[in-house]
Amino acid sequence: MGLTLNHFLVLGALLFCIGLYGALAKRNAIAVLMGIEIMLNAVNVTMVGFSFFNKVKPYSTYLTGQIFAIFIITVAAAEAAVALAMIISIYRKRSTVDVGEINMMKW
Amino acid sequence: MDLTGLLFWIIAIILVGSALLVVGLRNIVHSALALIVLFAMAAGIYLLLNAEFIAIVQILIYAGAVTILVLFALMLTRTSNLGGSSNPNNKQWWLAAIISTLVGAAIIFAATLSQYSTAQGGSGTAYGTTSACTLPTNNVTYIGQLLYSPTCYSYVLPFEIASLVLLVAIVGAIVVGRED
Repeated sequence: MGLTLNHFLVLGALLFCIGLYGALAKRNAIAVLMGIEIMLNAVNVTMVGFSFFNKVKPYSTYLTGQIFAIFIITVAAAEAAVALAMIISIYRKRSTVDVGEINMMKW
Repeated sequence: MDLTGLLFWIIAIILVGSALLVVGLRNIVHSALALIVLFAMAAGIYLLLNAEFIAIVQILIYAGAVTILVLFALMLTRTSNLGGSSNPNNKQWWLAAIISTLVGAAIIFAATLSQYSTAQGGSGTAYGTTSACTLPTNNVTYIGQLLYSPTCYSYVLPFEIASLVLLVAIVGAIVVGRED
């Protein structure tokens, strides 16, 4: 039984929904951020799987999936830096990281 | 079962298990440590898919930089006012479980069973122009050519825009996190 694209797509989908649960259900803002990182990794697994199993000519020649994954990693690193700076800044003002208590923009 | 399939199942089981540990553990520092295992196992998946450069980048950026950032943020914030555990669920966690299960089932259905699934396509029609450059066989060399080359088919403009995004993100992080 060889590996097919479906194996990697199902793996990516499982990781994505676990990360979605973490991002939706957690009260700690850093745990929400970790859920988002899991979701981005799931998308990367899917992209690299598409790149490996792709047979459509220009995209398989130019490794479009892997290039997409590299840009996703870049944006994810920037997102993690900005989000953690925001969390620390909010903690300094409100001394909490509970996303249920950060409601100053709610009306 | 061949060696690649065996490695895939071992890595996939550790990957999903560590993801469940990240969302399930009561202590958030343990969650962050399980996150390191998850990133390393994702690098193993990339190695199985012949993407050596992305595997190394995954180890360097995710398992190195992002996890260190998360651990620093955990050390700089105190979570004693969250109740007993430092990684608690909110009141709507059952709703989140239902939503994420439905989303996962929809994605798996769309990817494998649906009649429009991409996995059953792949007709292999060739179109577009081919580059005049010789294509390197080494993955790292090839990705380097695809990212930087000014003459061959490459992604130079998105690469430069990505550097701009990083610059803006660094400046934004400093401005937001500055103590004034």
